[in-house]
Amino acid sequence: MIRVILPAHLRTLARVRDEVELEIQGPVTQRSVLDALEGSYPMLRGTIRDHVTQQRRPFLRFFACEEDLSHELPDTPLPEAVASGAEPLLIIGAIAGG
Amino acid sequence: MSGVRLLVGTRKGAFVLTSDGKREKWEIDGPHFAGWEIYHMKGSPVDPNRLYASQTSGWFGQIIQRSDDGGKTWFQPGTPPGERTTPEGMPKGESNKFVYDTSKETGKPVTTHQWYDGTQHPWEFKRVWHIEPSLSDPDTLYAGVEDAALFRSSDGGRTWKELSGLRGHGTGPRWQPGAGGMCLHTIILDPSVPGRIYIAISAAGSFRSDDDGKTWKPINQGLRSQYIPDPTAEVGHCVHHIAMNPRRPGVLFMQKHWDVMRSDNAGDLWHEVSGNLPTDFGFVIDVHAHEPETIYVVPIKSDSEHFPLDGKLRVYRSRTGGNEWEELSKGLPERDCYVSVLRDAMAVDSLDKCGVYFGTTGGQVYASADAGDTWTAVARDLPGVLSVEVQTLS
Repeated sequence: MIRVILPAHLRTLARVRDEVELEIQGPVTQRSVLDALEGSYPMLRGTIRDHVTQQRRPFLRFFACEEDLSHELPDTPLPEAVASGAEPLLIIGAIAGG
Repeated sequence: MSGVRLLVGTRKGAFVLTSDGKREKWEIDGPHFAGWEIYHMKGSPVDPNRLYASQTSGWFGQIIQRSDDGGKTWFQPGTPPGERTTPEGMPKGESNKFVYDTSKETGKPVTTHQWYDGTQHPWEFKRVWHIEPSLSDPDTLYAGVEDAALFRSSDGGRTWKELSGLRGHGTGPRWQPGAGGMCLHTIILDPSVPGRIYIAISAAGSFRSDDDGKTWKPINQGLRSQYIPDPTAEVGHCVHHIAMNPRRPGVLFMQKHWDVMRSDNAGDLWHEVSGNLPTDFGFVIDVHAHEPETIYVVPIKSDSEHFPLDGKLRVYRSRTGGNEWEELSKGLPERDCYVSVLRDAMAVDSLDKCGVYFGTTGGQVYASADAGDTWTAVARDLPGVLSVEVQTLS
């Protein structure tokens, strides 16, 4: 079971209070996690990655295991701790402003 | 018992204000979608309980919200209230998917427009500025977006398709963004001429379709913008807003970056009616519901300050279709007021007497139940107001 922590606004949109859990068949990558997330929570389509290009929205980041994975390729396997469910994948809204 | 419902979009959520026909006591419901920018909300003319809202964020992009109960509850079209998904696990629609049509079959591959430095820049969807529900079908609505384009949904906002004839008609590569972005902010559906749509873009100008959005032509003749290379160019004018009284279609009033303009022939030719206004700048303009020669503007000091002249908030009313304007200030701040009133933040109801409403960047919503003679702040401390629409309820 993959664990994903969403930023507050996306939790509101997805109508979830806490982290979400996803079942993923095959390799656990950014793409497969986001595909599963958007499949279960279709209202999140377009809010994390672009509808057409599938690129990450500029003000969002992907963190896990105290590492910034935002610039990893979408099909790069996520850390084993994420794949095993020991650690969550964090989707972070960039802090901006003063 | 008649009443009114104000739909107020702000920088931090949506608010619904209601009152009875006297328009003296108001209830404020909100914030809906707290923390998100609500660029615009509007109700269907044929089903007042059907509301649409444009919810947007620099972080998370565009969301379309819909209410079928007058704003009590909301949901994203395609994702019914209380449901995350269909029984099959797939979404019923993609209500926030605004993809430019570049297909050879239905669109034209217009992919760039003019950038601030004069170079060509790719078209990039950013947000929905304005939603205009159909005059006859609650499931049909139009969306004006940034970067400028017009989209239509025929399934209650579940899916969207670009009316690509607008971007593709020929002048698209010469459009360029204004300071607020290259936004399509005004959509007017003509009730008397089937298929006639007016739109306005900052900074491209105004355009008209007479075939339900398939083909378009610029309607900017008579506009003069002294600080663009060709002041009378076919496109490139910074139109801020256009208003039309549905009882007298074809007569249009425009607040432009400079000057207030009027057209008596559906935009074919414009002439200036700024008259004795104290400034040549402003964003909003609207027309009295029952008196088509009575129009309202809020003069703002141009160009870099963008607040009321002398710190005194005033609405100006013309009862002569322009040129002769009277100051309306009773109930409005007389001093130390440095807010602005943005382009979609004024509306009129159709009660007798006509109610006039506007919202400010300081979070105030002002209402007049006597056609502008006197004003009351019906909300004082909302987030900065982006848009105000009103529904007259029977």
